[in-house]
Amino acid sequence: MSEHDHDHPPITNGEEPAAAERARALEKVLVEKGVLRAEEIRAGIDWLVSRTPADGARLIARAWVDPEFKRRLLTDARAAALELGLDPGPSPVVVALENTETVHHVIVCTLCSCYPRALLGPPPAWYKSLPYRSRAVSDPRGVLAEFGLQIGDDVQLRVLDSTADIRYLVIPRRPPGTDELSEEDLAALVTRDSMIGVAQPAAPAFA
Amino acid sequence: MTYGVGEQVTVADRAHGGHHRTPSYIKGKTGRIERVHAAFRNPESRAYGGDGLPEVPLYLVSFARSDLWPEAAGDSGHQVYVDVFEHWLEEAK
Repeated sequence: MSEHDHDHPPITNGEEPAAAERARALEKVLVEKGVLRAEEIRAGIDWLVSRTPADGARLIARAWVDPEFKRRLLTDARAAALELGLDPGPSPVVVALENTETVHHVIVCTLCSCYPRALLGPPPAWYKSLPYRSRAVSDPRGVLAEFGLQIGDDVQLRVLDSTADIRYLVIPRRPPGTDELSEEDLAALVTRDSMIGVAQPAAPAFA
Repeated sequence: MTYGVGEQVTVADRAHGGHHRTPSYIKGKTGRIERVHAAFRNPESRAYGGDGLPEVPLYLVSFARSDLWPEAAGDSGHQVYVDVFEHWLEEAK
């Protein structure tokens, strides 16, 4: 144990990821230097954890039932979210990409963990992991197979690396056998992973 | 906006000793402009407390896997789309 004269919790091995300790150290310095107030950090975390994929799912379900809305979603996803009363977040541009019979999109951020948090909530841990971030661009078919998703060779696979201010989300394909479902029931099928592009939406409970 | 949709561009193959948002795997590679997004503040200045001005145009550029990793075995046939700021782009080589 080091013995020095400022106070911090004891540094322990393996109790939690080093990133958490680093984040706390960074937070302490930012507050001490007056860059951020503790209240601002709390409010930011509060906002982030209050977001859920249910918001993104509402966008997708509306697009499935309303071709005109889908057109607006593809043109300007930020405006489309506002139209449904959803918070599209601070990113000035949000882009929705449509999966079809012939094209499949998958989202990654190779440099860090850029993610449409406002519409999908906090990103899953694997999304921030080095293996996903590196292999999603070099071997996406292999990565998707590990998620249980087989993408045929006849399907064009596009990997979106969100490196800047734009946030991307995927409009997955509407599952077969869902013609009779209400928009609300359709939204329940739209999973977080399907909007990242690593899965198809859930199958309806009855067909 | 210097480039338009459909144009071929090459990403500058240069080192940058600070924060930047151009991943190394596309440096020196040639791709196609897919979208012209808008102009945004430069993250290379913002990362150090700068104002990021003037704003820099941002493009969505597509690259073929076969161009990014020519030595990789098999033909996965996928494309990688990356957002790239204009000062990292050059006329296609």
